[in-house]
Amino acid sequence: MDRRSFLRGAGTLGVLGGFAPRLAFAKAATAKRFVFIIQRGAADGMGIVGPVGDPAFIGARGDLAADVAQGTKLDAMFALHPAMTATASLYAQGQALFAHAIASPYRDRSHFDGQNVLETGGASAYQLRDGWMNRLLGLVPAEDAHAIAVAATVPMALRGKREVASYAPSSLPHASDDMLARVTQLYQGDAQLHALWDEALSTRQLTGDLNAKDARNTGALAARLLAPANGARIATIETGGWDTHAGQRGRLTQQLKALDAMIGALHAGLGPVWNDTLVLVATEFGRTVAANGTGGTDHGTGTAAMLMGGAVKGGRVLADWPGLAQASLFENRDLKPTTPLDAFIGGAVASHFSVDPSRTMPALFPSSARTAALEGLLRA
Amino acid sequence: MSVSVSQIAIALNRFGLGTRPGDAAPDDPRGWLEEQIVQYQSGSPLLASVPTSVAVAADIRDYREEQRLMRMQGMAKPTPMPAATMAAANPAPPAAATMAGPPAMQPPTTAATTVRPEMQEARQAARRLAKDDYATLAAARANLALASDTPFAERLVHFWSNHFAVSADKLELVGLAGTLEMEAIRPNVMGRFSDMLFAVERHPAMLLYLDQSVSIGPGSPLGQRLAARGKAKAGLNENLAREIMELHTLGVRTGYTQADVTEFARAMTGWTVSGIGGGPGGRFSDPLTPGGFMFVDQVHEPGPRHILGKTYAAGGRAQAEAVLSDLSVHPATARHLATKLARHFIADAPPPSAVARLETAFLRSGGDLPTVYRALIASPEAWATQPAKFKTPWEWSVSAWRALGTRTVQPGAVQGLLDQLGQPMWKPGQPIGYDDTAPSWAGPDAILRRVEAAQRFAAAAPAGTDARALAAQMFPGMLSPATAQALQRAESPNQAIALLLVSPEMMRR
Repeated sequence: MDRRSFLRGAGTLGVLGGFAPRLAFAKAATAKRFVFIIQRGAADGMGIVGPVGDPAFIGARGDLAADVAQGTKLDAMFALHPAMTATASLYAQGQALFAHAIASPYRDRSHFDGQNVLETGGASAYQLRDGWMNRLLGLVPAEDAHAIAVAATVPMALRGKREVASYAPSSLPHASDDMLARVTQLYQGDAQLHALWDEALSTRQLTGDLNAKDARNTGALAARLLAPANGARIATIETGGWDTHAGQRGRLTQQLKALDAMIGALHAGLGPVWNDTLVLVATEFGRTVAANGTGGTDHGTGTAAMLMGGAVKGGRVLADWPGLAQASLFENRDLKPTTPLDAFIGGAVASHFSVDPSRTMPALFPSSARTAALEGLLRA
Repeated sequence: MSVSVSQIAIALNRFGLGTRPGDAAPDDPRGWLEEQIVQYQSGSPLLASVPTSVAVAADIRDYREEQRLMRMQGMAKPTPMPAATMAAANPAPPAAATMAGPPAMQPPTTAATTVRPEMQEARQAARRLAKDDYATLAAARANLALASDTPFAERLVHFWSNHFAVSADKLELVGLAGTLEMEAIRPNVMGRFSDMLFAVERHPAMLLYLDQSVSIGPGSPLGQRLAARGKAKAGLNENLAREIMELHTLGVRTGYTQADVTEFARAMTGWTVSGIGGGPGGRFSDPLTPGGFMFVDQVHEPGPRHILGKTYAAGGRAQAEAVLSDLSVHPATARHLATKLARHFIADAPPPSAVARLETAFLRSGGDLPTVYRALIASPEAWATQPAKFKTPWEWSVSAWRALGTRTVQPGAVQGLLDQLGQPMWKPGQPIGYDDTAPSWAGPDAILRRVEAAQRFAAAAPAGTDARALAAQMFPGMLSPATAQALQRAESPNQAIALLLVSPEMMRR
């Protein structure tokens, strides 16, 4: 296992005894704040922002569609999962925007490769060696862009040549990347320990579940670090537990309660700074249209992403909806992606930091350099 | 016979609990182990201030008495205790009154589970007390293991304690669980198996844990009186009798039948705990001396019993004792115990040759445990160079503390660490105890937790600890080049210590 792929696993580890979201901050000389909440494990976009107006949706999902069908109506097609009350209220205030049938350039179904693409901004896994958020630091006014540390490990999205520190919100001792890498080496010649260790690193994030109290605390902590004038400007929060192969109804409800609590705490904690804040919520890929045999869904393609913040031109769902009829699906099973996630993120970030979109796309998403960034995501 | 360095490592780690800084390496590994059989002391100043079963039982009695008075004063409606915390199988006085007392004693309603603040406070106080006792006992076990110069004997204490497992789940057992090890296992670990067996089956923790204290012979004087009043519910409880046969002595599927279990359960009726036994028989016990073993003739099933083809004459308490005596030296028991010992010290699937050797030693000596231990030490299978046993969280923790020279650990620290590593002390949740094979402990998450814990150990290690020197002392002749290299290349002394603690050499024994 090489160092890079190792770090990919290591960066997603939870703390002892379960999941705790992780934060990593970078400072840039701007009044604008940007937070990327990474959903690791392939969040079910259709369970979160349900296409309840699509005639094929209920049939394909059965019982799994029940919760979102009773959620907040967003428009004629979509409803928001009822666990997301704070988010629904932001939507009602025009401060939350959802994009659907969206996907990164990645088209296979490996979590780790998919997350690498999501975070590096490359066209395929390991094509790029740094994260698009680290490159973003070079675009924003950065004379005092020294880093502040708020997590045990810095996720790929923030890694790169610009220094990014991290701060662990938990008192529990995370094993450092370096320690984990050394243990990997230590177990290289021991078949039993090597196999166990490999599995530990790769499954840790998938088994973690998001707990509302931890999530709220993390949201509040992030707000405390972002709100001060001399505080951090750019942050990532990693969340796990989205890989709902079984028992999805209950698990997704818990996950979304927690995510909603995190967003609510960020909103409340930032106070007036919320007006200068952009929150992005995105995952590596979506989940199958049809429910599987264990009350869950399997790895898919197209999914949903969210933007929130005082300046977001929200209260709408952005979707070139491909439909869920069998003939419309990607590879006969997945929601077909019709909106590039790169263009969505690139457009939002460019607008937020007032950077020319033609500079943003090549810097953040070089393989999508010729894709036009989506415009009009934020209020001018 | 020449002694290879790896034999020293085997004696220290496979048979012992790991070496400590400053310990001299045994120059005669086998002799060192055999000497421990003689040198072992069950008593220790470390046990001086540890709660005894009598003290814990007194607290339980006081708590129940307090509850009873509160109920009589109408401070609370009868509250069915949650099974997980209070003794579902050990009815507290009000329940006993419901069964045995006049109906007038029963308050008018049993529907709502209203608990008045006074009751709740009393319950919380009792739980706090029990948890303190538990933590004190857990720390005592750890400190004994850290201070011990006879680590092979300590390992045997831990082995037998798990063989005769009780679980600190019910409130009574939280405080009592650890006292069984201190009072019934420690003093008998170098004696005959039958001595240990008798001490365990008469201990209040076991009698309460496996419900023996509420078992009533249907044909006993009390059983007949209850039957005459239509109380069909009061009767035999087979729990302890079955587990004695299945877990403590013969082993599962070794030929005994359901009829044997039932007959044994009948013979066992009358065995209970003074003061806190509960059940209809509870009122025959002496509330002034709680916690002691007691035989209550009033609930003992009269008549001879037929068990495993043998007839045991009627004889009160002596009847079950005669059965236990026979079980303690039964060939199936010998095989069962030999298998478990060999599994613990040699391999998850123990070599039949070694099992046979221990079995023979057990049978020929009439269950003399030191004779069996000597046979184990003499077994070539136990000295195979390749470590075959994956350490349990307890074994790993103790060897890590010892490696770093820790002599005293705080109650909270022991409990916290073991809970986190997945093996809470005296709390296996079932009478079979914790599993003794690798699949139960060698899991991906378990390894990761050990890595995280190792960092904490390393952070607390004495300044100047050199992992490279320590490794050579811990694993003489067995340190792999990969581990040596990892320690050499570590970025800091602390990181080297953490790596040493999770090295393959340290994970196994």
